[in-house]
Amino acid sequence: MDKEVVRLENISVTYGTHTVLQDINLSVSEHDFLGIIGPNGGGKSTLLKVILGLIRPDSGVVTLFGGSPERNRSKIGYVPQYSTYDHSFPASVREVVMMGRYSRTGLLHNYNRTDRQAVDEVLQKVGMLDNAKSQIGQLSGGQQQRVLIARALASGPELLLLDEPTASVDATMQAEFYELLGHLKEILTIIMVSHDIGAVSVFVDKIACLNQRLFYHGSREITSEVLEATYKCPVQLIAHGDVPHRVLSKH
Amino acid sequence: MFEAFQFEFMRNALMAGLLASVACGIVGVYVVVKKIVSMSGSIAHASFGGIGLGYFLKFSPVLGAMFFALLSALSMGLAVRKTRLPEDTVTGIIWALGMALGVLFIGLSAGYAPDLMSYLFGNILTVPAGDLYLMLALDVIIVALVIIFYKDFLLLCFDEEYATVAGLPVTGLYLLLLCMIALTVVVLIRVVGMILVIALLTFPAALARQFTHDLKKMMLLSVVFDMLFTFGGLWLSFVLNLASGATIILLSGTVLLISYVVRGLRQKTHLSVAD
Repeated sequence: MDKEVVRLENISVTYGTHTVLQDINLSVSEHDFLGIIGPNGGGKSTLLKVILGLIRPDSGVVTLFGGSPERNRSKIGYVPQYSTYDHSFPASVREVVMMGRYSRTGLLHNYNRTDRQAVDEVLQKVGMLDNAKSQIGQLSGGQQQRVLIARALASGPELLLLDEPTASVDATMQAEFYELLGHLKEILTIIMVSHDIGAVSVFVDKIACLNQRLFYHGSREITSEVLEATYKCPVQLIAHGDVPHRVLSKH
Repeated sequence: MFEAFQFEFMRNALMAGLLASVACGIVGVYVVVKKIVSMSGSIAHASFGGIGLGYFLKFSPVLGAMFFALLSALSMGLAVRKTRLPEDTVTGIIWALGMALGVLFIGLSAGYAPDLMSYLFGNILTVPAGDLYLMLALDVIIVALVIIFYKDFLLLCFDEEYATVAGLPVTGLYLLLLCMIALTVVVLIRVVGMILVIALLTFPAALARQFTHDLKKMMLLSVVFDMLFTFGGLWLSFVLNLASGATIILLSGTVLLISYVVRGLRQKTHLSVAD
């Protein structure tokens, strides 16, 4: 039995009277690659923030690496949606990736040579070493996304959380991005959320559908009934091998 | 003009300008990139309560301003972090309460309030030597804090959510940043007055941002711009016989606006060439 990395029990989150997550149960083991799909506003980002301990659920228990999220979240490499920061912020690519080393350095210590080497390594890995001196906002959406992935990897995480990582990435870069994820899943546990079914279906081992409630399958085969229950509208699956490939709405 | 420097008040004015530029240039950069311009304005205006308290209880209004600026910075920061009140509501409440208390205290003080106008609108020509030492001490504190916590403030300003996950003490550093703004307000009160502090805090930093994408260089440039505006404005006010604080602000505001216009025109020509 693999070690359990994330465990959610009966999690509910409400904002005022609006229920975002209801009765979520989830268990993710070491080296799983879980894809979570669902419509916009279905609670995907909220779910990740619950795992990170950024949002405290109204009820339920979150266990991360056997302890509380607050205590163990430094083991997470978090890749937020790329639009969450100020794109004109005066920081270089290297400075942003260096922030990934913060959890290892902490207050009152400066980044040292080991940190700088680690940053060079991950920049190389995502193919952004040549852009290290560029201001973050001058890069394309896809390049910024790679920088954020590099920042998450720089801390040497055991769990990678990706929030809509392909939203701003063009088709060529998507292929490269999946190749990178293919390598990473050998060494890491990965949870990736996306509203784009095509994005998750290729590499993930397990798929869950989230729209306030979580429909968990344990394998990556999803039926059209489950998708309809998630998206609350008729969807049509175009099968690509045994993996659903694209969703078309029939409105 | 050069005869002017023979006078002690002129030498004090130049010293005050230099000291103010250091604090203002550095902290102003954080105010601009963290987008807390109105919160800083609120801290500045709330300090008027302390000036009033100083007059009422007959102690230094500058110390009163420092006390009120720190108090409002801390209470505003805690209210934003620990309650669900919107940031701009909290900003408005502290802004108005501080001003109201100041008016009340001054009304209660017996007799006439000397120098009141210089606290409101600044008068760099009347900075007493004692205030210079206070300004120097605050400069040293601010520069030391920025050197010690440089990487931490960078992470805080760039991405608070990620900072929380990475284990940065977000609330503590955020309060520290607001307190640094409060101290800077105190340094600047004598130069441009509490009402115009916010302009000198933001204009040079916003101007510096147009020339560099590096936070450290932005701070250096911002300090240099601060000095140029302070001395340029002082000289203009001397020659044209105008109020010094307002002249400094109008000079820096005009240069900033011109830089935005030039930048806009450049981008336009750039675009039409690209077409």
